[in-house]
Amino acid sequence: MPDAAQVALNSKAVARTISRMADEILELNAGLDRLVIVGIQRRGVQIADRLADVLRDREGADVPRGALDITLYRDDLQTVGPRPVVGRTQIPVDIDDQVVVIVDDVLFTGRTIRAALDELADFGRPARIMLAVLVDRGGRELPIHADVVGKRIEVGSGGRVDVFVPTLDGRDEVVVSGGLA
Amino acid sequence: MTILGKDLLGLAGLSREQVTTILDVAEPLRAISERAIKKVPTLRGMTVVNLFFEPSTRTRISFEFAEKRMSADTVNVATAASSVSKGETLVDTARNLEAMRIDMVVIRHPHSGAARFLAERIESNVINAGDGTHEHPTQGLLDLLTLREKLGGLEGKRICIVGDVLHSRVARSNIWGLKAMGAQVAVCGPRSLLPGAIRELGVEVFDRIEAAIEWADALNILRLQLERMQLGYIPSLREYNRVFGVTRARLERAPRDLIILHPGPMNRGVEIDSDVADGPHSVILEQVTNGVAVRMAVLYLLAGNAPALADAAKGATV
Amino acid sequence: MTAPLLITGGRLVDPSQGLDAVGDLLLVDGKVAAIGGQIAGPDGAQRVDAKGLVVAPGFIDVHVHLREPGREEVETVATGAHAAVAGGFTAVCAMPNTKPVTDNQATVGFVKRQGEAAGFARVYPYGAITVGQMGETLAEFGEMVAAGAVAVSDDGKPVENSHIMRTALEYAQTFGIPVVEHCEVMALAHGGAMHEGTVSARLGLKGIPGEAEEIDVIRCILLAKLTKGHIHLCHLSTKGSVDLVRWGKDQGVNVTAEVCSHHISLTHEAVEGYNTNAKMNPPLRTAEDVAALQQGVKDGTIDLLVTDHAPHHYDEKEREFPDAPNGIVGLETALGVNMTWLVERGVLTIPQLVDRMSTRPAKVFHLPGGSLAKGRLADVTLFDPARRWTVDAAQFKSKGRNTPYGGQTLTGQAVCTIVGGRVVHQLDR
Repeated sequence: MPDAAQVALNSKAVARTISRMADEILELNAGLDRLVIVGIQRRGVQIADRLADVLRDREGADVPRGALDITLYRDDLQTVGPRPVVGRTQIPVDIDDQVVVIVDDVLFTGRTIRAALDELADFGRPARIMLAVLVDRGGRELPIHADVVGKRIEVGSGGRVDVFVPTLDGRDEVVVSGGLA
Repeated sequence: MTILGKDLLGLAGLSREQVTTILDVAEPLRAISERAIKKVPTLRGMTVVNLFFEPSTRTRISFEFAEKRMSADTVNVATAASSVSKGETLVDTARNLEAMRIDMVVIRHPHSGAARFLAERIESNVINAGDGTHEHPTQGLLDLLTLREKLGGLEGKRICIVGDVLHSRVARSNIWGLKAMGAQVAVCGPRSLLPGAIRELGVEVFDRIEAAIEWADALNILRLQLERMQLGYIPSLREYNRVFGVTRARLERAPRDLIILHPGPMNRGVEIDSDVADGPHSVILEQVTNGVAVRMAVLYLLAGNAPALADAAKGATV
Repeated sequence: MTAPLLITGGRLVDPSQGLDAVGDLLLVDGKVAAIGGQIAGPDGAQRVDAKGLVVAPGFIDVHVHLREPGREEVETVATGAHAAVAGGFTAVCAMPNTKPVTDNQATVGFVKRQGEAAGFARVYPYGAITVGQMGETLAEFGEMVAAGAVAVSDDGKPVENSHIMRTALEYAQTFGIPVVEHCEVMALAHGGAMHEGTVSARLGLKGIPGEAEEIDVIRCILLAKLTKGHIHLCHLSTKGSVDLVRWGKDQGVNVTAEVCSHHISLTHEAVEGYNTNAKMNPPLRTAEDVAALQQGVKDGTIDLLVTDHAPHHYDEKEREFPDAPNGIVGLETALGVNMTWLVERGVLTIPQLVDRMSTRPAKVFHLPGGSLAKGRLADVTLFDPARRWTVDAAQFKSKGRNTPYGGQTLTGQAVCTIVGGRVVHQLDR
């Protein structure tokens, strides 16, 4: 059944995973010091929010939260054409010398992260940029890796990974359809 | 995938969905101008020619800012420097530019239809930056963006365009854009400066500025070209100001707070008094800010459209 | 001398003698030798089988621009006269707005001779009303008439000075020629590029109101009433003009009027998209005007149909709308347009159409032709009233390609055109 949809993470598993990811971020950064969490529009922003909530619960302090829309930094305008939705980019603090954690739902080719790095560079020069993703599905086209990974699922190029978040989709799960190795 | 097709020649014929998309894209782009590095790489490597056959400062600068903030390479061709004065035709000028491998042309021209004429003859995307007394779509869009924000939407809102509608491309673009968005549109001005068939365009007509002010949620006050007096359309600027000038005294009698727009440049003391232009209801400077964002959005939405796709969408751009 | 020509089995339509019957027509020595019934041709007669065709007195277009002298790259008398016969016209009247203006006997004679040398349609020159068409000094009507002018006109612009117009109407009576006015009040039309209405409001083009024409129409009718001269009004385009001419005729004024094929077929909507091939003066107007003009042609208020054939160079029309010149070519589409919009839609019968395109123009302009009566000129047009064909400007004999009908399918086409008993055009079928 190559095209059957399969729930890779249910609601409980997503919560557990995000919780663990938050811990890994705290470990890597040795606490909240200089930390800024920036989600990539749109579902990365939701994941980032949940991560930041967990961080606040763990450490008792708020982390600055930002959002990046990378539409204007994409490298496929000439081939795919313009996308009719451009989201907001919001970086609430000066990111110079901060530790910025870019958060996305799924890491695939790496092109989105390439664009996000370019965009962040237009806002300042962080001391360090880390990448946290809920799902790493493999299939990289650029030398990019995630520092924090919720779950690794190898999905071939024909398959898809859909992250559903409560605020946008009314459900809370990760679904894989087709292309499973 | 294409939203606008190859060109933006006017707002006539655009659907509510198309206009909404442009405004929705423009909105977040405003923030780019607030950044330390006011630039995104979107149009990197693309060349835009600003082909201006008519003097214009603000529209040209606004387009140039938009292009540069989107990282396009820009070339300005102004009438005085162009070969048009040597008798070269518009189409030859454009074809020569195109032979230098450009991607887009922003054209301002004194003749109605010139932008369309050009668009039909070159492969590059064409953006109409004002053609004669026909349309000035990006001005219409920036007015829509400003109004949508200030009025909290456009559906059912009442906007009155005041002044020389007959010779105004801004008025035409406003009429089509506002109507596409479901707003009610009226015009107010001396009958000698309104097209005889104006009602057939689906707008109301006010002969008294007082009545327009009582009716409207917003006034878009057009610039009165001073040469209209010499050409016999109105007897004097003095009388124009007395009958149609938007003054504070008149605004104070309005039943609700009005939003005041003006495409600029203003003739203070003629169509608009200074205390209105600089007053709390004026959104004239927001218009200028929104102008850059709207033009960025249009550049973006036209960019990268494969010609084959553009052809299919041609019917949508009038 | 050409051989006698026997045209057999065609539908003979000759309004000058109330004839509409199948029969033969014999042309000998450039004249009609016999008409009607079965005719046994003389020995050596060339025969033309006209079965299924209408055989009519040759069409006469009293309003064409042949551009020579001065703009030979756009059209010459020869190419224009060739286009004429291709469209079924055996005679045309050439407007005098040439460079230099045809306002003297030498230029009139030149145009006439160019027409004779070309050997296609007969070319009757106009002379200008005023020297240089400047509207100031009367041109020498007498000498121009002697050189071959059949009428006077400043077409392209009106004679704005009413005193000059009055004098022209008086003076022209001396020579028995009509004074032909291009009706336009310049101050109202100034800068206009199309009809003033919804479309112009939408396109942002300066409009020309119908009144710019009508005010001049009534002025000319009143001056003709005053002077008892013959005023012929060019290319009328509005319902108001038709009403005014009707009034003038009711008053017994010697007023005649013409309408162009494009004004009875197209409206200002054709300008949509800034189509320069729909730019003309007077402009294309509303559907209501088109209906009134058609009605005027039907009831005779409008005497005749013309083309206002106005060739322009490709480059001249290939430009921004307000800068493009006015006018379209019409000689090779007129019959098809008139058949399609007037006959096919039941406005006119075929005999009425032949009357408006041949008999009446001859009568109004005192020209030979317009009749197949025995002894009259052997100028004959054979056309297929049912033939459907698609307009391809590239095939025109005219140098002009500026037509709004390109690609359209029309009904009715000239098959054979005979001038002075000589076949000068034959359609490849």
